[in-house]
Amino acid sequence: MNMDTTFLTLPNGAAAPIAELPVLPFADFRAQLIQAVTQNGLRVSSFFATPASNRPGDFELIAVLADDRAHLLRLAASRVSKSYLALSADCPAFHWFEREIAEVTGLICENHPWPKPIRFTQPTTGAAGVLPGVTDYLRIADEAAHEVAVGPVHAGVIEPGHFRFQCLGEEVIFLEISLGYQHRGIEKMLVGGPDVRSAQLIECAAGDTSIASAWCYARLQAALSPACQASPAAELWRGIALELERSANHTGDLGALAGDVAFLPTQSFCGRIRGEYLNMTAALCGNRFGRGYVLPGGLRYLADNKKIADLQTWRKRVHADLTNALDLLFDTPSVLDRFENTGVLAPADAAAVGIVGVAGRASGLNNDIRLSHPYGPYTDRPLSLCAEGAGDVLARAMVRRRELDASNQWLNEALNAGTELSADEQASALSSHHSPAGGLAPSMIAVSLQEAWRGELCHVALTDSHGRFRHYKIVDPSFHNWYGLALALRGEQISHFPICNKSFNLSYCGHDL
Amino acid sequence: MYKALKARLFQGHRTGRFPAVAPTLPDHFQGRPQLQAGPCPKDCSACEDICPTKAVKVSANGPQIDTGRCLFCGKCAAVCPRQAIAFGPEYRLAAFTREQLVAGASAAAWAPPTAGNVQCRDFCGQSLKIRQVSAGGCAACELDFNVLGTLAWDMGRFGIQVVASPRHADCILVTGPVTRNMLLALRKTHDAMPRPAWVIACGACAISGGVFTDSPETHGGLEAIFKPDLYIPGCPPHPTTILEGLLRLMGRS
Ligand code: SF4
Ligand code: SF4
Repeated sequence: MNMDTTFLTLPNGAAAPIAELPVLPFADFRAQLIQAVTQNGLRVSSFFATPASNRPGDFELIAVLADDRAHLLRLAASRVSKSYLALSADCPAFHWFEREIAEVTGLICENHPWPKPIRFTQPTTGAAGVLPGVTDYLRIADEAAHEVAVGPVHAGVIEPGHFRFQCLGEEVIFLEISLGYQHRGIEKMLVGGPDVRSAQLIECAAGDTSIASAWCYARLQAALSPACQASPAAELWRGIALELERSANHTGDLGALAGDVAFLPTQSFCGRIRGEYLNMTAALCGNRFGRGYVLPGGLRYLADNKKIADLQTWRKRVHADLTNALDLLFDTPSVLDRFENTGVLAPADAAAVGIVGVAGRASGLNNDIRLSHPYGPYTDRPLSLCAEGAGDVLARAMVRRRELDASNQWLNEALNAGTELSADEQASALSSHHSPAGGLAPSMIAVSLQEAWRGELCHVALTDSHGRFRHYKIVDPSFHNWYGLALALRGEQISHFPICNKSFNLSYCGHDL
Repeated sequence: MYKALKARLFQGHRTGRFPAVAPTLPDHFQGRPQLQAGPCPKDCSACEDICPTKAVKVSANGPQIDTGRCLFCGKCAAVCPRQAIAFGPEYRLAAFTREQLVAGASAAAWAPPTAGNVQCRDFCGQSLKIRQVSAGGCAACELDFNVLGTLAWDMGRFGIQVVASPRHADCILVTGPVTRNMLLALRKTHDAMPRPAWVIACGACAISGGVFTDSPETHGGLEAIFKPDLYIPGCPPHPTTILEGLLRLMGRS
């Protein structure tokens, strides 16, 4: 297959006229996508349906595949109406996407192995309403088996979701995860934008991923409007904010993992250290989650050399505390015993279903958007890839630990680079795009990928003839990974669910949107 | 054991000293709006036009901001030609009624309201058991409430504790705009609590729907479902803002 003629090829953070997107006959489209994923090693970054512009009732299926080796994205489309032969039947990586497509559009994905809603949204077709979590769960027809239902309201301070375990004694045979409780309709609200609330909606898609989301959106806007181009200095600071976001969350996760195996010292230490990273973010922009820091075209605030020096000292001190807390954790045999061989997600399964980010790297997948589709400050300042292979809780913890060290080193260099910027370069980072940066190029398709702390975040936008969003598609890393958690639980003790869950620590709101 | 003790010594004592000592807030912290009185230029509605949540309104006496809707994004301040809008360092934002959340221009020094729910104060002054329910939103409100349990804040010092069962809870702390899919679970959780079951709305979403106000998938906050006894503005509120609000509800500050 010649990738360059079959697909529209774009680098990360670029746009092309929709007219250049090849619209393939469906049989061709299906065969090409399946071949690209199962044989050529491409990954499904996004797959969605949008109403066809000229034929009411028809839909255009649009696929965005990541070609990690070529550092490029491959896009193709096909037109369908009412139903089509599911790709999932031959390629499990499309499974969740097709469940979403069926739910959102009413299209029937024939031969889909498991056609069920993923969010329990109200049907647009006017059919009877659905109730969240009310569905036919896979059950074991055996009197010895029992079922455990948990959620949507969980025991702690955590988002809602429903987990249904089928068990034989203590052993989980099968786990089904039913989400949608956090569905706020963000993608629908973005249609017709950009408007005054678009940036805030995007930052709030997943609140712990605000920087990655805002940056993803800013780069997408840059691809669609020359007024939204950001200077290298702005991109450097966005990278600094993203690595702080990653450090805060990885630290929090390692602390929570320690807590789940009742290892209180590291739990307590990391609970506090996570806050230090959030406070460093707040030092940049006033908000612990970085809300409003990344604007289209640049940044809201600049940091002077005094602030950079303070951040450097702060970072060093915090990293020493973190190292101490984590050395203790990974040096405690009772902790390692609980982490090792628990919740194994086999590399082959992870690859087949398209797991991304930390969980993917823990199962031996070598993908990290900062390296495979480098952007902004990662282009000439690469980080090292932190991959493990065992796919267990320990591997997921180790990936986080190694990434914390990598981010720390990167932050050190990036902050130093920040002090070397000239006054003009510094000033170029500032943006005054508080207003929607209207005037996007009309009739375009744009794609932007980020390595958010959980993994790949993908935004795709289609603009109409007036340069307004006709469709805005967000794929949060959790969208790819929830199914991985379900797989990791198979054959596991039910009492291991909390640490398995924490080792993935997926977002409910990022999935539900 | 020896290693754990050594690490414990290395890490030191890190619990913050709030409320005895005022919190250190970041430079660009956006607290309670400070609004200049006086008429705005004719036909100017720059702040209203840029606000993502319709939180700011231009009145005859300058802008007014409903902090229950406000995301503290600061965009209105950036576009105001009169520079009539600023967000100050005041972090004590919590209020007991919806009306108290509206900030207008005033010459008098502002102080946070003290007359909270007397019954709650008398009953829970020394011990407040909270069941948190996340009902939509972006999870940042939960995260910054959750940090109050870490050793940096240690809200247990004040008798505040998160409980798993609604049966053990004095109050429910809700985050998120209440999505259609969470309404039933939220009601069931509230029904399972012993009465009077006080209600706390934490964050712009829970108070007014926040950035999701106009979404048909949400109910636009708690107001239409249960009347809150405490409102904590912010998107998300700073942990100190949350803790200070809880202490005021308990009559402890
Ligand atoms: S700071 Fe508040 S009032 Fe001002 S624009 Fe933002 S949300 Fe609206
Ligand atoms: S108020 Fe803001 S921070 Fe809180 S849940 Fe809503 S969007 Fe998130």
